[in-house]
Amino acid sequence: MEFYRAHVLVCGGFPCVAAGCRAVRGEIERSVKEHGLEREVRIVETGCLGPCDLGPIVVVYPEGTVYSRVSVDDVSEIVGEHLMKGRPVRRLEYTERLPSVSQADHKRPDYFGIQERIVLENVGLIDPDSIEEYIARDGYLGAGMALTSMSPDEVISAIKASGLRGRGGAAFPTGVKLGFTARVEADQKYIICNADEGEPGTFKDRLILEGDPHKVIEGMIILGYSVGATMGYIYIRGEYYLSIERIERAIAEARRYGLLGHDLFGSGFSFDIEVKKGAGAYVCGEETALIESMEGKRGEPRQKPPYPGTCGLWGKPTVVNNVETIANVPPIVRNGADWFRQFGTPTSPGTKVYTLTGDVNNKGLIEVPMGITLREVIYGVGGGIPGGRRFKMAQTGGTAGGCLSETHLDIPMDYESLQETGSALGSGALLIIDDSHCVVDIACALLRFFEHESCGQCTPCREGTRRLHDIFRKTRELAATEKDLKLARELAGVMQASSLCALGQSVAVPLFTIMDHYADEIEAHLEGRCPAGVCRPNPANADESAYETLQAGNGIR
Amino acid sequence: MKSLDDLKKIKERAQAMTELREGNEEVRIVIGMGTCGIAAGARDTLAAVVDEINTRNLRHVAVTQTGCIGMCEYEPIVDVIRQGEPKVTYGRVTPEKARQIIASHVVNGQVVGDLVISSK
Repeated sequence: MEFYRAHVLVCGGFPCVAAGCRAVRGEIERSVKEHGLEREVRIVETGCLGPCDLGPIVVVYPEGTVYSRVSVDDVSEIVGEHLMKGRPVRRLEYTERLPSVSQADHKRPDYFGIQERIVLENVGLIDPDSIEEYIARDGYLGAGMALTSMSPDEVISAIKASGLRGRGGAAFPTGVKLGFTARVEADQKYIICNADEGEPGTFKDRLILEGDPHKVIEGMIILGYSVGATMGYIYIRGEYYLSIERIERAIAEARRYGLLGHDLFGSGFSFDIEVKKGAGAYVCGEETALIESMEGKRGEPRQKPPYPGTCGLWGKPTVVNNVETIANVPPIVRNGADWFRQFGTPTSPGTKVYTLTGDVNNKGLIEVPMGITLREVIYGVGGGIPGGRRFKMAQTGGTAGGCLSETHLDIPMDYESLQETGSALGSGALLIIDDSHCVVDIACALLRFFEHESCGQCTPCREGTRRLHDIFRKTRELAATEKDLKLARELAGVMQASSLCALGQSVAVPLFTIMDHYADEIEAHLEGRCPAGVCRPNPANADESAYETLQAGNGIR
Repeated sequence: MKSLDDLKKIKERAQAMTELREGNEEVRIVIGMGTCGIAAGARDTLAAVVDEINTRNLRHVAVTQTGCIGMCEYEPIVDVIRQGEPKVTYGRVTPEKARQIIASHVVNGQVVGDLVISSK
């Protein structure tokens, strides 16, 4: 093993790729060679480091110095000063501590101290294309332990005891789900990893797959062993190019190392994984629509029951789990259920990965224990609201998630507490909105999304999303009456009760929370007034896009 | 992959690749790379240090650089800090002397007395 005195990690998460990290990496390679350091300095492209709006990010070890917004022009200074002479380039340095970076001397304020990393333990630290770096960090140890020294039932019991719940949004206990499928007799069972993350503002699954693909593979092996499935599929959005590239490379590597294929760890258990690409329809994140899509049909949800656990892909028992859920499995098997339960709350153990976006200073990927408050997330990890503005609303769990107002800032973020507010933890998007925005305008945008993404199969959802959008457009144009809003509430209630799948059912979640928490603001619109100064009448009856062009730039910002 | 032992073997080998990023080194070697150090030949000293670590396949060693510490006369200057022991500063470290320091101080814990300019 060659010794390198310094490692330069270039963030290769998609936000950094978009910010130009590949060019920076190329320039570092060139500059390192020019200085004759190529045998002393190793350059590694790694997964997401967290602060996604500060890319491209570069970390230099052993010091653990973090550079943000590095341009190609900065490279010669970093190489010439830091790598050559050991003088960090202070002007580019990101001075807050990142949980993804291990630093020998923690002299800096620990703003990110409340973060815990289970799912993201390797993301931003290892080269995702290197199976050996994953193995060095105890990778595949969980699978090895499960296959060689545990029975399938013991694996399921361990997962049950850990209290792990589905991280895709529904929060169903993972161990119980596995138990259903394990009990069914069948000649073939399947594991599906749902990587069709479609909630606007959520991009955690993508960053997990990009930053630590082997962890998902290992999790799927363990799940496969526990229920007796020999084949796994990763259903992933077709536009997640980088995730697809990395996971396919990881699968090939795992096969080469004998970690996928026949007779794993000499246990006689065989397992293999294939990637299936989706076309990016929101409804295909719903598990039965996803299965339909995999079978080559239109992505439309099925009637339930039967649930996929007993009759899923090609009519066989199928376990469908979210990427983050699966990534939690190897550490649980490796370290035990008690270890996992030390994080989070008794009913919601573990951590949650969020993508923090919107009006907040530190945007990006974070992992915090379940049960910390929204205030800690926004003002601690998130660094507060920019521009001295006031917090107005947070939407948890993407478009289908509920909205929390200022009165909810101190509610612990776990499944039960959020459910009590009428909201849901959902998929892990955290959209922070400040007081320059109008809730009616936001509701209108959400409803337009639902109208667009409704698959059209069942009537309540197809017609309901359209009508709700109409009503809120009218409210935004300050032309709605009390009767309209009453109708909206009734309509959303009907959709919640009678839609075929979660898409139509969950429209009510954001809508009711907005209508309940911001009743005064919505009422003002009925009186022809928008308190945030965003909405205005539409006397010329302009269509929606023309109206929004006119409306853009309104507001007190 | 036929057994858990196969996996552990790969892990042993691979850990050398990532441990630099874990921040738990046992010995830190700091080389003065100010203008004075470089002029006195610190580049060659550094290359020799890295090469020697490679040849000996040493683990848990970190190599970093620092700027001028005000003793330009004694450059190239090399600090060796073993966990829990005082920092030892060596002066006028040529590549050959660097190899000697690694063999005796870093590997065996024996300070090379002749070359020490300070110890605290």
